[in-house]
Amino acid sequence: MNSATTEDRAIKQLDLQVQALLGRNRRNLTLVRLRESGIFLCLIGCGLFSLLITGSIIFVLASETATFFRFQEVTLSNFFLSADWTPLLGDTKSFGIWALISGTFLVTAIAMALALPLGLITAVYLSEYAPRSVRNTLKPILEILAGIPTVVYGFFALMTITPFLQDCYSGINVYNAMSAGIAVGILCFPTVCSLAEDALQAVPTPIRDGALGLGGTRFDATVKVIIPAALSGIISAFLLAIARAIGETMIVALAAGSRAQVTLNPGDEVQTMTGYMVQIAGGDVSNFGIEYYSMYAVAFTLFSITLSLTMIGNHVRKKYRETYD
Amino acid sequence: MSDSRPEDNEHAIDASRKNESTPSHDDHANGKTGPVGDPKFVTTRVRIKTDLRFRRMCILTASASVLILVFLLGSILVAGIPALNWTLLTGYPEPEPENAGMWPALMGTLWVCSMCALITLPLGVGSAVLIEEFTPRNRIARKAFSLLQLNITNLAGVPSVVYGILGLTAFVSMFTIFDDGEDIGGPSMEIGAVYYDQFSNLASDSFLNTDNTGARERYFLIPVDSRDAPQTVPETGMLAYENQPSGLTRVEVLAIDPFATDPPTESDQFSRTIDSTSTPGRISEKRWYYLRLPFGRGVVAGALTLMLVILPVIIISTQEALRAVPATLRAGALGLGATPWQVVWNVTLPSAVPGIMTGAILAMSRAIGETAPILIIAGIVYIRSAPQHLMDDYTVMPLQIYNWTSRPQQEFHSIAAGGIVILLAILLTFNAVAVLIRHRMQNKLQ
Repeated sequence: MNSATTEDRAIKQLDLQVQALLGRNRRNLTLVRLRESGIFLCLIGCGLFSLLITGSIIFVLASETATFFRFQEVTLSNFFLSADWTPLLGDTKSFGIWALISGTFLVTAIAMALALPLGLITAVYLSEYAPRSVRNTLKPILEILAGIPTVVYGFFALMTITPFLQDCYSGINVYNAMSAGIAVGILCFPTVCSLAEDALQAVPTPIRDGALGLGGTRFDATVKVIIPAALSGIISAFLLAIARAIGETMIVALAAGSRAQVTLNPGDEVQTMTGYMVQIAGGDVSNFGIEYYSMYAVAFTLFSITLSLTMIGNHVRKKYRETYD
Repeated sequence: MSDSRPEDNEHAIDASRKNESTPSHDDHANGKTGPVGDPKFVTTRVRIKTDLRFRRMCILTASASVLILVFLLGSILVAGIPALNWTLLTGYPEPEPENAGMWPALMGTLWVCSMCALITLPLGVGSAVLIEEFTPRNRIARKAFSLLQLNITNLAGVPSVVYGILGLTAFVSMFTIFDDGEDIGGPSMEIGAVYYDQFSNLASDSFLNTDNTGARERYFLIPVDSRDAPQTVPETGMLAYENQPSGLTRVEVLAIDPFATDPPTESDQFSRTIDSTSTPGRISEKRWYYLRLPFGRGVVAGALTLMLVILPVIIISTQEALRAVPATLRAGALGLGATPWQVVWNVTLPSAVPGIMTGAILAMSRAIGETAPILIIAGIVYIRSAPQHLMDDYTVMPLQIYNWTSRPQQEFHSIAAGGIVILLAILLTFNAVAVLIRHRMQNKLQ
C-alpha cells in the first residue's frame, strides 16, 4: 500500500519532469484543428471578397444603367444607333454612344499604331539580340516608364506634345486626338514590351538553337520560328494593351478635349468614354440627375468592351499556347 | 551566352566571304536562282544583311524608348525645377499661383494611401495564400479555385475609372440604403460630431457699427442637439461660447432687436450683443473618431476605392512571391508534422516576405499615382486643410496636379510641373526601395 503510493508519486514526478523538459503541456489537438479550420475560413473569405467585387461591379453598373434607361429622354435606339452625344444641351439632349466609342477608338488606334510595333520590336531585341548589359539597363527604364502616373503623361501630352504638333502642322486644335494618342501609346509601350518579352522568353532554348543550328540568322530564327511559337502570348499582350488604352482616363481627360464627335481627323478634338465620365464627375452636375446616370451607362459600355478584350486575351494565351513537353 | 551574341555575326560574315572566294560554291552562294530553282531561296549574304538591318532597327527602337523617357523627364524637370520652393510643399492651394501649395494634397495622399495599405495587404496576401498554398482536393474545389484565379486576372484588367464608379455607389452613397429621402448624400448616422449655431455680433454689421467704440467682430456658438435641430432663437443670457485660442470659452450675450431698441453704446456690451432676428449658420465640430454612414466623400471612401484598384495587383505579386519559395521547404516542414497553416505561417510566408514587400511597395506607388477613381468619387473640390478625421474631405497629389494642369493660366502649369517633380520624387524613392529589396533577396538566394 505504502510502496504503491510512493510509486505513484514517483511516476507523477517523472511526468512533471518530462513535461518540464518539453517546456509545455501537450497541445490539445482539437484546439489546433479548430484554429486551422478557422483560419482556412478567413482565407476563403478573402478569396470570396474578390468574387464579390466582380459581382458588385456588374450589379451596380447594370442597375444604375437600368435607371438611366427609365428616364423619358432616353431610348435604347437613340443610345445604340445614334452618333450624337449631347447630354448637356438643354432641350436637344441626345445620348448616342457611338460618338464616344468612335473618339475612344481613334485615340486607341493612334496609340496602338505607336505602341504595338515599337513594343514588339523592343521585346524581340531584349529577348533575342541584346547583350546582358543592355538588358540590365533597358529593363529598369521600362519599369520606370510603366510606373509614371498617368496624370503626368497627361501633362506631358498637353504641355509638350501638343505644342510640338502645332509647330509641325498648324491646323491642329489645342485639344486633339493625336497628342492624347501618342501619350497613351508611350504609356502602353512598356506593357506591350514586357508581356511580349515574357512570351518570347517562354519559347524553349532548344527550338531557338535548332533554328540557328540549321544555318538561320537570328532574324530568320526570330521571324520564322520564335514569333510563330510565341504568337498566342504576343496576341494576348496586344489585346491587353488595347484594353488598357481604351480604359485610360487622365491623359484623354487632359489632352483630348471634351467635344464628342465622330471624326477621323487626328487633329480634331474628341471625347472618349472615360473623358466623359471625368467631365461629369469633376463638373457640378446635380447628383442623381440624368447626366449622373448616363455616366453609369457609359461605364457599363466601357466595362463590357475592356472585360471582353481581357477575357479573349487570356483565353488566347491559354488555349493556343504551343506546349513543348 | 547572350554576351557572345554580337560576335557571332562577324564570324558569319567572314564565312560568307570565304564562300564567295571559292569558285566551287559560287553558284550556290552567289547565284540568282537557288540550287533547285526555288524562287523563295535567299542567299546567305542577303539573309545576313537583313539580320544586320533588323538588328540596327532594334537598337534604334530601343534607344527611342530611352530617348522618350529622357525627353519626358527632361521636359518636366525643366518646367518643374524653377517652380519648386518651400511654399509649394507646405502651402495651401490658394487661388494665386505664387502662394499656392500642396500641403493638404500631400497629407491627403498620406492618409488615403496608408489606410488603403492597411486594408489591402491582409486581404490580398490572404487571397494569394489561399490560392497558392491550399491546393484543392476535389473537383468542385478545383473548379472554384480556377474561377477565382480567372476572376483575379480579369479584375486586374478593369479600368481604374470603373472602380471609381463602383466606389461612388458602394462607398460614397452606400447604395443609398441609408437615405431618408430629404438630404441626399448627407449623413444619416453619425458618431462624434457636435453641432453649433453660429451668430455674429452687431459689430460685424457695418451698417450698425457706424460711429462708436471700435468694437470688433465676434462670433458666438450656441450648442444644439443634432444636425436637424430647429434653429436657435437668440435670447439674452443663453448658453453661448466663443472660439478663443485657448478653446471654447463661456460668454454672456445680449440679444436685442436693433430696429426696436437702440443698441448699447458701451463698447464691451455692444460687442456682446446679437441681433435677435438674425438667423444662425449651422456648423459642426468633429472629433478624430468621427464616423458617419454613408461614408460620403471622405478619406475612408477614397481608401476603400483605391483598395479595389490595387487588390488584384497585390494578389498577383504575392502569388508570384509564394511560387518562388522552393517546394522542398514546404515538404520538410510538413514532414516534421506541421499543420498546413503552420507551414504557411512559419515557413512559406517568412521566406516570401521580401517578394511580397516588393509587390506591395510597387502597388502602393500605383495607388499614390492613381487619379481617375479619386477624381470620380471626390470630384474637384477646394480643400483648404489636411484631413482631420476619417470622414473628412480630402484631395490627393495627382488630383491637385490635374486641377492645376486643367486651368488655363500659364503660372498654374508651372506649379503643376513642380508638383509632378515632388510626386515623381516620392514614387522613385518607393521604386528604389523595391529594387533594393529585390536585389538583396536575389543575393540571399544565390
